[in-house]
Amino acid sequence: MSALTIRDVSKKFGATEVLKDINLEIGSGEFTVLVGPSGCGKSTLLNIIAGLERQSAGTIRIADRVVNDVAPKDRDIAMVFQSYALYPSMTVRQNITFGMECRNVPRPQRDEAVARVARLLQIEALLERKPAQLSGGQRQRVAMGRALVRDPLLFLFDEPLSNLDAQLRVEMRMEIKQLHQRLGSTMVYVTHDQIEAMTLATRIAVMRQGVVQQFADPETVYNRPANLFVARFMGAPPMNTLPARLEAAPDGTVAVIGDVRLPVPAEAGRWIGREVVLGIRPECIAESTRHFTDTPGAVITMTAPVEMVEPTGAETIVVLRLGNERVLGRVSPDLRHRPGDTAPFTVDTRKVSLFDPTTGDRVV
Amino acid sequence: MHRGAFTPGRAFVYAVVCLIAAAYLLPFAVVALNSLRTAEEIAQTSMIGWPQSWAFGNYAIAWDKFCVAQTCSGIQPYMANSALVTIPATIISTLLGAVAGYAVSLWRFPGDRWIYGIITIGIFLPQQMRLLPWTIVLRETALTNTLTGLVLIHTIQGLSFTTLFCRNYYVAIPQELMRAARIDGAGFFRIFWRIVLPLSPPILIVTVIWQFTHIWNEFLYGVTFTTGQQQPVTAALISLTAAVADVPQHGVQSAAVMIAALPTLLVYLFGGRYFVRGLTAGAVK
Ligand SMILES: Nc1ncnc2c1ncn2[C@@H]1O[C@H](COP(=O)(O)OP(=O)(O)OP(=O)(O)O)[C@@H](O)[C@H]1O
Ligand SMILES: [Mg+2]
Repeated sequence: MSALTIRDVSKKFGATEVLKDINLEIGSGEFTVLVGPSGCGKSTLLNIIAGLERQSAGTIRIADRVVNDVAPKDRDIAMVFQSYALYPSMTVRQNITFGMECRNVPRPQRDEAVARVARLLQIEALLERKPAQLSGGQRQRVAMGRALVRDPLLFLFDEPLSNLDAQLRVEMRMEIKQLHQRLGSTMVYVTHDQIEAMTLATRIAVMRQGVVQQFADPETVYNRPANLFVARFMGAPPMNTLPARLEAAPDGTVAVIGDVRLPVPAEAGRWIGREVVLGIRPECIAESTRHFTDTPGAVITMTAPVEMVEPTGAETIVVLRLGNERVLGRVSPDLRHRPGDTAPFTVDTRKVSLFDPTTGDRVV
Repeated sequence: MHRGAFTPGRAFVYAVVCLIAAAYLLPFAVVALNSLRTAEEIAQTSMIGWPQSWAFGNYAIAWDKFCVAQTCSGIQPYMANSALVTIPATIISTLLGAVAGYAVSLWRFPGDRWIYGIITIGIFLPQQMRLLPWTIVLRETALTNTLTGLVLIHTIQGLSFTTLFCRNYYVAIPQELMRAARIDGAGFFRIFWRIVLPLSPPILIVTVIWQFTHIWNEFLYGVTFTTGQQQPVTAALISLTAAVADVPQHGVQSAAVMIAALPTLLVYLFGGRYFVRGLTAGAVK
């Protein structure tokens, strides 16, 4: 059963089309992350799912019920907002129970529900405080509590962690993940942080300018991006993308980049003799002593000039020249490359992506 | 700025400020002093002068004995009239303005801009222009020469300002708060009562003070639409000064003016602080 179906949804604000023909089918219990750059329409889509905004065309179904004309409160959803949107004049307890108050849930039941979430989120000590007396992280928890106190068909999160500092964000990210595993609820989560997307999602929808670019599991989105935009958006540092030319070689097909020849998958055969854009993740370029795989012919070694070195602690990012194109590689932090050196590197070619240079779409 | 650095420039500024303050306070001082002088003393000396003997009795006479037209009841009934007009009109126009300001600032509906524009245009219409329409309205509703008629006028006229004040205050309330409330299942009035109104005291104080002083001090509608026993105190004061037959009762008249000004003076003394604070306060910190 699908928990949420979005069919041909588009949205116009006046003349500007903010969402174009969105089609997503989300299964029960899935954690779907909507990710994309600022202004691509993530919040708008979430608001349409919630019923806070009306789509210009298309259908929304929640648990196989068409909800186009159903008010937000009757869609059986809970939502967490970026600004938390806690009611300033109410205590934490009142914030959490306001929804039940509006639904005339009897008091004993309310108290029980508050006690349950407060325990779950460890905010028991905060229940009588006002939002102004809470820290950012505590507010975030209360906002989560307000959503969790219900048992909705669908949880919607609009960048719930973006106002937290880096450390707290990582903590809360893990908690949300645990929560999802524990509750097994269907969640739709908006973020523009691709790490959040990768770590939380069972499936990721990458959006750009109101169009879904790819909707797939994190592994596929990362390793087989549907187009150049997705390739460059997901991953930090981003995927290297360089112009290449495909040629036939005795043992298959190679991509020629200057004086470097990288073996590419056989399916690329029909592009022989043509220009492509080759995408390779920085982690596929490492020091020459790195052992990637035993598969014969999958790994090549080359020497390349080093232009810049950025140690991050756990690893070191090097900027080097590959066939005269600048690329990033990730090497062991023990190596002490210096700019200007020429050093040997090893390249794992099993996960290269090839893109059509005119459309940007994935070829292989 | 440094304290204590008393430069000639500073001295000049102080002099100008004191002069302006004096210009404002002088008429008030004259009335205040005269309210404590006897009529004879004023007649024998001049309109301006320090009381030779403190004639506190002026206040008692002004309050409930002085004759206005043919009735000798002092200004007490007219004070009551003013209160009966000002208090309901202030409360009703403030509450309606809060609801209207809330509707136009936090809800989108077709024509919301127009409605807001039309409500606030009232601020810019000269009072004289509104007299004729109100004459017709009061005649049609049979409210001419009634306090209810004045309450109606002040409530409606006041809406322009109260809506403007509240709307400008409420636009600072984030949309996400409204969205959260809608998902929680709260409707228009529940959101108003439970979320918006509790955030409103600063602006409600501003609006109440503003409305109270304006309605209390209003004069044109009072003299135009009411006569005799129905007049608010501002209108009655005119009859009081005009209807003096024998000796000019300047002392008692001044006392009457002082009494009439007292409510707004008190509001200013006790509420002025909140007024300034409220005007600069935001809805959410
Ligand atoms: N009420 C509105 N009227 C007109 N345009 C709007 C409105 N709301 C959003 N937009 C526009 O729609 C586009 C998408 O907005 P949206 O808020 O969905 O972006 P987003 O992906 O959530 O971005 P962010 O990551 O910055 O939150 C933006 O270009 C925005 O300017
Ligand atoms: Mg957004």
